[in-house]
Amino acid sequence: MKLDSLIPAPLRKPPKPGQGSGPTGPAPADLKTSPPERPSDAERATGRAKETPHDVLAWVDQRTGAAGFLTGLLYRKVPKGTNWFYTLGSATLFAFITQAVTGVFLAMFYTPSTSDAYASIAHINNDVFLGSFVHGMHKWGSSVMVILVFLHMGRVFFFGAYKYPRELNWVIGVVLLILTLAMAFTGYLLPFDQRSFWASTVAFNITGTGPVIGPYLADFLRAGPEIGATTLSRFYSIHMLLIPGAIIALIGAHLYLVVKLGTTAPPWLRAAKPKTAAPASQLDAGAEGNGAAAGR
Amino acid sequence: MADEADKQIGAEASPREPAAPKPPGYFEGESMTRRRAFTIAAQGLGGIAGAAIVLPAVGFAVAPIFHRGDEHWETIGAVGDFVSDTYRQITFTETEGVGKIGETTAYVRKGAKELGENPGEIIALSNRCAHLGCPVRYVEAAANFICPCHGGVYDFEGKRIGGPPVRPLDRFQTRIRGKQVELGPRYSVTSQLEPVRARDPGQFTGGIWEYLYPPRPSTFPPPGS
Repeated sequence: MKLDSLIPAPLRKPPKPGQGSGPTGPAPADLKTSPPERPSDAERATGRAKETPHDVLAWVDQRTGAAGFLTGLLYRKVPKGTNWFYTLGSATLFAFITQAVTGVFLAMFYTPSTSDAYASIAHINNDVFLGSFVHGMHKWGSSVMVILVFLHMGRVFFFGAYKYPRELNWVIGVVLLILTLAMAFTGYLLPFDQRSFWASTVAFNITGTGPVIGPYLADFLRAGPEIGATTLSRFYSIHMLLIPGAIIALIGAHLYLVVKLGTTAPPWLRAAKPKTAAPASQLDAGAEGNGAAAGR
Repeated sequence: MADEADKQIGAEASPREPAAPKPPGYFEGESMTRRRAFTIAAQGLGGIAGAAIVLPAVGFAVAPIFHRGDEHWETIGAVGDFVSDTYRQITFTETEGVGKIGETTAYVRKGAKELGENPGEIIALSNRCAHLGCPVRYVEAAANFICPCHGGVYDFEGKRIGGPPVRPLDRFQTRIRGKQVELGPRYSVTSQLEPVRARDPGQFTGGIWEYLYPPRPSTFPPPGS
């Protein structure tokens, strides 16, 4: 209750049906015998100052209607049995945000040209304050994100959360998985060291082994028959402009569907029993039957 | 306007026989309503505007598939530097303008009479493994090329004799200008060493494979074509 009073009124948890904020407490005293004290100017000023955040929020809410959306989002019902496995999706989102933030700062120092890329990464790692740390977060965070995506996918699969009506969310998730792998693939070339170069070479050649369109796809990725100047800038553009935009848009759709459809209970929870009481005779019979079965 | 007109006409019509509403501008024998014509026109214009933006952008991204650069020839030494019974390792620039990564390695020798080659010609084999593109190494004692990655083995002529590679080693076009040997564009060969356009590693050559792995417009025609 105390916490609730800290939350601005528009964002407070809506009351449950039948538990409205009706008049509570003692009835007001007779106004004639004990008139209410008039608050001093200072009291009114502090009171108004305390109300300011509420007023600001109310002003925004009146013009956006965001409070209804936010309370619906924040106070939505989750099923019984929700456990730590349900945090894997949020963890993946957190990993993505980490990648986005560290990526923005890496882009401040990185040069996507074949002659300067390696030197700029070396500069980030060796000279820039905390550069190796931010680069390390981005580099290891990419593996973390791929792992979390697969764990999240496994949770959804084994809990049966992909079933009706959530199939579309599964499809969006698969597209997000592919985009995540494409991010890992395109990001791998960017340091432009021997490992990057040869790993990407092998990847181009694997792409080229696809029948009929494979050779053209490899040419498209490389922007030519051999790895050249355009290859790196092409990968850079795909890595930091094209795919992140698509991922952000699809994460939005993914989350919208999660909130819209709700989450599933874990499969080991049975459906709640009806609340109507069974006749006492049946209960007794059941107990006896069990006892007899155990006695045998 | 049209909505109001629809409503008025709808209100006048008796519920038993709903008369076809006649929107403003209606005339006998018209093929589509005004509203439908405007819808199609607006969507069509929007489509044209969208295509005017998207098509050039896509073309810009896809164009490198169809673009073939200029032939690049590089002098690698005098004819007398090369012999017919072993290879010399030469590093030269295959792709210009990208510094070190544009360089590649060729194994170069003279043609050998006992292999049915013209002794006057120069043969240059690429060190790019035909499996996945790792660099192969010429092993003098065995007279074989051996790939360190997945154990591909090629004989003296560059034909596959073991491991996962799908075709012989690629070659480079060669020519002799004066007394100097020059290396040119890359090309691939079939298992019978017939020249074809350059393929990426992992792609078969010859026979039906020429259709499954079609030649790319970004590569140069093979010599003798």
